[in-house]
Order: sequence, then C-alpha cells, then structure tokens
Amino acid sequence: MTQRHIRLNVNGQPREGDASPRKLLVDFLREDLGLTGTHAGCEHGVCGACTVVFDGEAVRSCLLFAVQAEGAAISTVESLADGETLHVLQQSFHECHALQCGFCTPGILMSMSVFLSECPAPTEQQVREALSGTLCRCTGYQNIVRAVQLAATRLAATRLAATRLAAK
Amino acid sequence: MKPPAFEYRDPRTREEAIALLAEHGEAAKILAGGQSLVPMLNLRLLRPEYLVDINRVAGLSFIEVKGGELAIGACTRQRAIERSELVRRTCPLLHEAMPFIAHFQIRSRGTIGGSLSHADPAAELPTVVTALGGRFVLRSVRGERVVSAADFYTGFLSTALRPDELLTEIRVPIPPVQTGCAFMEVSRRHGDFALAAVAVLVRFDQDGRCAFVRLVVAGVHGVPFRSADTEASLIGTKLLPEDAENASRLMAAELEPISDLHASADYRRQAARVLARRALECAALRARSHAEAGT
Repeated sequence: MTQRHIRLNVNGQPREGDASPRKLLVDFLREDLGLTGTHAGCEHGVCGACTVVFDGEAVRSCLLFAVQAEGAAISTVESLADGETLHVLQQSFHECHALQCGFCTPGILMSMSVFLSECPAPTEQQVREALSGTLCRCTGYQNIVRAVQLAATRLAATRLAATRLAAK
Repeated sequence: MKPPAFEYRDPRTREEAIALLAEHGEAAKILAGGQSLVPMLNLRLLRPEYLVDINRVAGLSFIEVKGGELAIGACTRQRAIERSELVRRTCPLLHEAMPFIAHFQIRSRGTIGGSLSHADPAAELPTVVTALGGRFVLRSVRGERVVSAADFYTGFLSTALRPDELLTEIRVPIPPVQTGCAFMEVSRRHGDFALAAVAVLVRFDQDGRCAFVRLVVAGVHGVPFRSADTEASLIGTKLLPEDAENASRLMAAELEPISDLHASADYRRQAARVLARRALECAALRARSHAEAGT
C-alpha cells in the first residue's frame, strides 16, 4: 500500500503528512495532525460528530479519505475559539447548557457555523432541520436549539453594530 | 469501522478515468461524493480492489441549458443543484426534491451522478429524473451512449451502467412553463430515505383538461415505479379532488411494496396512496395558477 504525501491547509495553517489511501480524513486529523477535537462516532456518515468545514462546506470527515484533502482548506472545532475567548456559538452552548457529555458538540458547532453563515436569521424549524444531520445521544436537543438561536441573535447584533460603525 | 485497503487512482481527465475503468473492470469502483460508497466500505460491505476517484476529473461539474434540456455534470454536488437559480427556474420539481435528500452535510459532498447510479429505490433523485424523462450519458473507451431513465433502472441497486462505463452527464428536458409539479415524501426522520415518495408533473389543455401527467413513486419497488394505467386514467379529466382520489387508489392497487423493520407493506402502500393524491392535487393547483398567470 503506497503512502501518499498530503499538503493541505488546516485552521489557516499549512500542514502536511503521509497517509495510505484508506486512511479516513477524520483519523488523519486526529492521529497525524494531532487535532483530536474532531470526533469519530458512527464512521458511516450518520451521527455527524466528525463534521468539519472542507473548502467552505460542512462535510463528514469519516466519508472522505485523507488523500482527497490534498490542497483543501479545512476548519475544525479547534479554529473556533480565539485563545481563551470562546466563539459566539461556543459561548451560547456554554450558557444554554447545550452539551452534556460533549461528544457530538464539535460536529454540531462546525455544522452550525456554516448553517448560520448561510441562514443568519433562522426560524426554530430551520434550526431543527439543520440540526437533524447530527445526533446527540444525551438527547439534549431543546437546549441545543436554544443555543443556536441565541448565537444567531448575537451574531445579528454584532453585524448591526458593525454596520452602524461603518455608517458613522 | 475502517475501510479495507484499496489501490487509489485519481485521474484528471475523462479519458484517463474511462481508461482506468476499461483496464480494471469490475475490480474498480467509481468514487464520486462517497456518501453511499464510503459507508459501504467502512462497514466492509464492499471490498473493491481499485477506487477511481473522479472528484478531480475536469468537466464533470456543471449546470447549464443546452437545446431545451437542462444538462448537469455527473459530479455536480447536490448542494450546488439545491442552490442553483437555473434549476429552480427551469426545473422546479428537481429544486423541490433536493432538500429531502439526506442532510445538508451530505448534500455538500454527494453528487447527482453518484445518487443516480447508486440506484437506491428509496432515493429521491432516481424518482425525480424518471418523472422528468431524463437521460444519462454513459462514456467508455468503446464510445458514448445515451440511456433513458426508464431503461437505466433495471432492478434493486441495479442499472444499465456497465463496469467500464462512466456516467458523465444527466440531461433533463425542461418542462413547458405551464407544467405544475409536486414532490412529497414520508420518512421516519428528516433526512432518512423515503418510506414512500411521489413525484408528479401535470399539464392542462386550453379547456382545462389534463393533457399530460407523470406519476412516479419511490420506496415501494426495486426501481422508481411509474403507473401508466393511472396516468392514462387522468388524461382528459379536470383533475378534480375526486379524480386524484380515484387515480391514487388505482396506483396503490398496483403496488407490491416490501415489509421491513422501517415499515410494513400496508403502511407503505397507504403512504404512497395518500402522497399521490396530495401531490396530484398540489401539481394540478400549480398548473392552473401557471395557466391563469399566462392569460
């Protein structure tokens, strides 16, 4: 099994490594790049715990091979917080008690970061539909829905403040 | 679980891709979006010797109108079709069905060609493309052939695609603007495969009588199921609620759905009947509003 050399951009940094073709992207991120925030759950695309942002789109990293990420730009959950300052989604999850064991959380955060950028003022129904692609076995969905709605409100307020500042 | 070992090939052109398929035949599997294939590998349901990854093949991802047809490259992501203004405008049935396909994280990677050639009988795209009278462009080193959706689906997870052929393009005749369409589905949870789904197209003549109708059902047979008798029974009617009711009963009587852990055969037949009635009524309403807007 010939290994391939892979060069990619992860969380804004150029990274590289070697992988055999069968190595899943989620395992490459965790084992080779040391980014263990991305969780491998069901490993067949159902649970969504491994969701990362791949060239701007939320994707299952258990359904991609590392060799397919050659040249790609990937964001993982490690990219969200700015040092000790949590990302608005993370802060909202913290305040709304939207995680219990936390296993599903990285995938939900990465999915929701893409969802809120495309749908900045979602209805509760839209939030629930967007969350349907990620499973939480602690079944804390009520608080996850609230947290996403809170994050949407805060992001909207930030945008409004920035618009007002620009208008001055 | 983890996928078994395989030899990986990532051609850059269609010629390289079909040459690899010609060389390796049934030992090779085509990897497009991988949203069905990779789970099957991870679960060790498949052990192909070669994977031919077509994601870097040039010219397989496009959405355009060519000579009255909507042409979509086989490797076009489902998410791109969902977002396409051209698809929404020219082919509203396809646009309407897209959000029913799995979840947005799957559609961002999944391709139209992958879903069509995987041929899951409960999948949305084979049913929609069958209803639209779509055609598939298949390329191999032996040349190119064009196969209609009706001839493409040969049985459960089975198609007319030969081991050395690559699906490169899907062509869908653009329905006349006065066509009304509807897509409806019942599934256990949002994003699941359909227990039953129905795609309908309807057109009326100048007297308000049904001149064209297409009714295709997913999830109940091994292939997308079209009932010619049901369609014929509606031609010339005004497609009033009682016509839709009678037609859906006629259609349901023809179905021989399977029972499995997701739903019984009776449940599937009932769901398909109710969806057919509702979708016929909805498509008829839309066709009428197009006709009124046009006058």
